[in-house]
Amino acid sequence: MPPKTRKVIIIGSGPAGLTAAVYAARANLEPLMFEGYGWGGQLMLTTEVENYPGFPMGVMGPELMQAFRDQAERFGTEIVPADVTRVDLSSRPFGVWVDDEEYRAEAIVISTGASARWLGLESETSLRGHGVSSCATCDGFFFRDKPMVVVGGGDSAMEEALYLARIGSKVTIVHRRDAFRASKIMVDRALANDRVHVRWNGVVEEVVGDGRVEGVRVRDVVTGETETIPAAAMFVAIGHTPNTELFRGQLELDPDGYVVADGSRTSVEGVFVAGDVQDRLYKQAITAAGSGCIAAIDAERWLELGQALETDQARTASAATGN
Amino acid sequence: MASTKVVEITTDNFQGTVLDSEHPVLVDFWAEWCGPCHMIAPIIDAIADEREDLIVGKLDVDAHPAIAQRYGITGIPFVGLFRDGNLVKKSVGAMPRPALERALGLDE
Repeated sequence: MPPKTRKVIIIGSGPAGLTAAVYAARANLEPLMFEGYGWGGQLMLTTEVENYPGFPMGVMGPELMQAFRDQAERFGTEIVPADVTRVDLSSRPFGVWVDDEEYRAEAIVISTGASARWLGLESETSLRGHGVSSCATCDGFFFRDKPMVVVGGGDSAMEEALYLARIGSKVTIVHRRDAFRASKIMVDRALANDRVHVRWNGVVEEVVGDGRVEGVRVRDVVTGETETIPAAAMFVAIGHTPNTELFRGQLELDPDGYVVADGSRTSVEGVFVAGDVQDRLYKQAITAAGSGCIAAIDAERWLELGQALETDQARTASAATGN
Repeated sequence: MASTKVVEITTDNFQGTVLDSEHPVLVDFWAEWCGPCHMIAPIIDAIADEREDLIVGKLDVDAHPAIAQRYGITGIPFVGLFRDGNLVKKSVGAMPRPALERALGLDE
């Protein structure tokens, strides 16, 4: 028996997906959301969020996402705690599968976000969970009064270093260039912290340690010399890759894997996109949320328009001008 | 929604509930401030609800650091499968349910 066709399926549950869910649910589209194992997205890995408007004293990332999720559920979003394993965007209604379970929808909002990138070293993989981590707020706790290394030069690297400086004895930021690309306020804060040191022009060659991290071997890209920085942990914060494997070959992606979008519209009519999975420029919680709202409104209008055309041409005009 | 079948594991009941258990015990080492721990919480709940052959427990590493230390845990979420008093399988970090079950040998 074919499954009931939903109006909208939302894939991904960060600020973009959950905002799309709030708007779609309030528009009576009865959205079905696949939140995946990484519900809440990247904000779940952060501590204090200081730049989300409406929270003058800041808000904890996971707390903010819980509030988003509660709001989406309040208006009737049905949330499935599973990862989508396959999609078929070649014909409508679109097909979405979780293993053998099939779902159908007239419109899809893709908000699968981006995942932390790793250096790609063998020693990094083997020591993950034994001192190698991409989540300072999760694992910093285990390295009280110990020296630590943070790899990266963006805002998340500064944020992790500052967080870890409150726990560890010393934090060394290893960055491959001689300047950070992080925002000035974050760089200033990091450089002003006595416990934060910077190893400029340094590339990590190997994580040293047997069973647990004991140090990080760094090569200077200018002099070519290597040194091993003693450290009990290495936190990797070198950016993100968009989560688009699911859509490869079915949706236009750019060379780095981001979904190519015109507003919220993708190369497939009826498939909309929001958040970091299509955003290589801003990558903020507030821009993700904003784009989720846009995607939901676009999907709603597109659905209304399609149905109006099929049933009653006259209703089109009023539907397109309403909210 | 949190499963009612999930047992709270503490320093005091670890020996009795986990190590001396006749059944295999899955222990989710977590902390309130750990986002990915919250991310996998629904998976742990679902396993607790679905698997009659397992005892599923959660141990707050912040409140009970001694147990985490004993097993050298330095990354959470850390999910460990205990059988006959031994830690036989483990998984570190948030991951999809199939990957988690594979890592813990629950897919056989």
